[in-house]
Amino acid sequence: MSEKVYKKFSISRAFVYALLAIASLLSIFPLYWMFVMATNHNSVINKVPPAILPGPQLVTNFTNVLNTIDFFGAIWNSLLVATITTIGTLFICSLAGFAFAKLRFKGKEVLFIAILVTMMIPPQLGLIPQYIIITKLGWLNDLRAIIVPGVIDAFGIFWMRQYIKSNVPDELVEAAKIDGCSTFRIYWNITVPVIVPAFATLAIIKFMYMWNDFLWPLVVLREQSSFTIQVALRGLIDNYVRDNGMILSGTFWATVPLIIVFLLLNRLFISSLTEGAVKS
Amino acid sequence: MAQLQVKKPHLAPKRSSFSEQTKDAISGYLYVSPFFILFAIFGLFPILFSFYLGFQRWNGLGEMEFVGFRNFQLILSDPLFWKSLSNTMIMWILGTLPQLIIGIILAYALNSALIKFKSVFRVSIFMPYVTSTVAVAIVFGIMFNSQEFGLFNVILGLFGFDPVNWGTSEWGVKVAISTMVFWRWVGYNTIIYLAGLQAIPNELYEAAVIDGATLRQKIMFITIPLLRPIIIFTVFTSTIGALQLFTEPLIFIGRSYREEGITVVLYLYREAFSNMAFGPASATAIILFLIIIVIASINVFIANRIAR
Repeated sequence: MSEKVYKKFSISRAFVYALLAIASLLSIFPLYWMFVMATNHNSVINKVPPAILPGPQLVTNFTNVLNTIDFFGAIWNSLLVATITTIGTLFICSLAGFAFAKLRFKGKEVLFIAILVTMMIPPQLGLIPQYIIITKLGWLNDLRAIIVPGVIDAFGIFWMRQYIKSNVPDELVEAAKIDGCSTFRIYWNITVPVIVPAFATLAIIKFMYMWNDFLWPLVVLREQSSFTIQVALRGLIDNYVRDNGMILSGTFWATVPLIIVFLLLNRLFISSLTEGAVKS
Repeated sequence: MAQLQVKKPHLAPKRSSFSEQTKDAISGYLYVSPFFILFAIFGLFPILFSFYLGFQRWNGLGEMEFVGFRNFQLILSDPLFWKSLSNTMIMWILGTLPQLIIGIILAYALNSALIKFKSVFRVSIFMPYVTSTVAVAIVFGIMFNSQEFGLFNVILGLFGFDPVNWGTSEWGVKVAISTMVFWRWVGYNTIIYLAGLQAIPNELYEAAVIDGATLRQKIMFITIPLLRPIIIFTVFTSTIGALQLFTEPLIFIGRSYREEGITVVLYLYREAFSNMAFGPASATAIILFLIIIVIASINVFIANRIAR
């Protein structure tokens, strides 16, 4: 009897392991395959059976990428856009979240609900007028076209308000007020140090979103010098000659930085990107 | 100094509390204003203007001309629009349903006790989500090459199947695009379900075992009901995401906007930035908005129904 239970147990355990192993392999395989293709010549790729081991073309393929698109320029643009937007979002959202959580002013609830409502609107609804506004501002092919609208983040305000509400004690804020602290000093010296974890969460969500965003940059960035990396990658496949080794080399090297950061900070990444979703 | 501070509240309690209030109010409005000012310019105004543009004929340069409902008639009588709508719906089902079911199964496996290498599995399964949509679409686009040397065709060949025309056939295109969506999102949903599973107290399962419940019964009567809010959340978000599908089809089918793979947002993009038909494009945006509202409401309605 007990042996039977034990046996059944181990079979189901083996099944669980097999399932997770297969899922993990399938999750990693396209990334590995991207690397294999990035190091092989196009002729090896277009062969049956295709190559499954890295080849000698690592440098050649990447040199071809550099000859086709401004790879490092695009990476730099993406870094610039994602970093500035993230910092701006953190500041604007935490300041607004602080106001909603700790200050008393008329119409606070209505304004907060208005912010929540804006989260429901699909971004494509205003796409064309937004493009027209950017044109009128003369911001076409200008990274400001992405950064300035990018700092509008209703979720960020919601997230910050919840965090400040439950982590910054009211007594502390009241005491600071009695001591004559300005509200900005209460925000800067008391609130900001406490909400560093919320900053980390929001920063990861925002940075990844901006780094991976495609539709809006595609609409407002038309000149190669202004391309973010995602728009630039599209330039690789738009070529007349399809060199898959070159295409996947560019794609691989554009993917690697974020994967490395993810592997280093995987706990923080996973909890940030999913907790934010679950709790709201 | 100390004396002064102690005395201060006695001197003018009323005035200080009043100025405190105004101070709060002024800073309150000031601190929330950046969001509202920027939203007014880049969010609210464009939305209202979209509703206006939906009734105009305009190519972005010349004079606008009021045309009533003509743009909507134009869109709704265009077979390609209906094609884009049905494509979007099909890919919504193909991409979303397997994603959610397999996500629950994987979360269940990850949550079983005594699993070693748990964090290794977690990290690997989540990794696709960190990959950009553009990169995913490019890699899978090459894997789904229609020639016989395309990776998926080679795999099919191993099982004795003929190569599939992934790039041009009605179902090939949809399966390819849905696979991209599936691969990028399944791990993300797994982790969300895992968080939900971990919140279910173990005592419930133990009590069920004492009462002689089978594994199937445990899943049916404990896991699924307690996971319901999270399931509803994931269905909701993946539905909204699927209705806005754009990057994968654009990268996969390219500028040809092949009708096997065109989605509603791709149709909108084509109208606006290829055909410079801002009126019909805005009408499409409004129709998409209405579709999203309807589907979201159905979602909420069903969710409320089941929740009882």
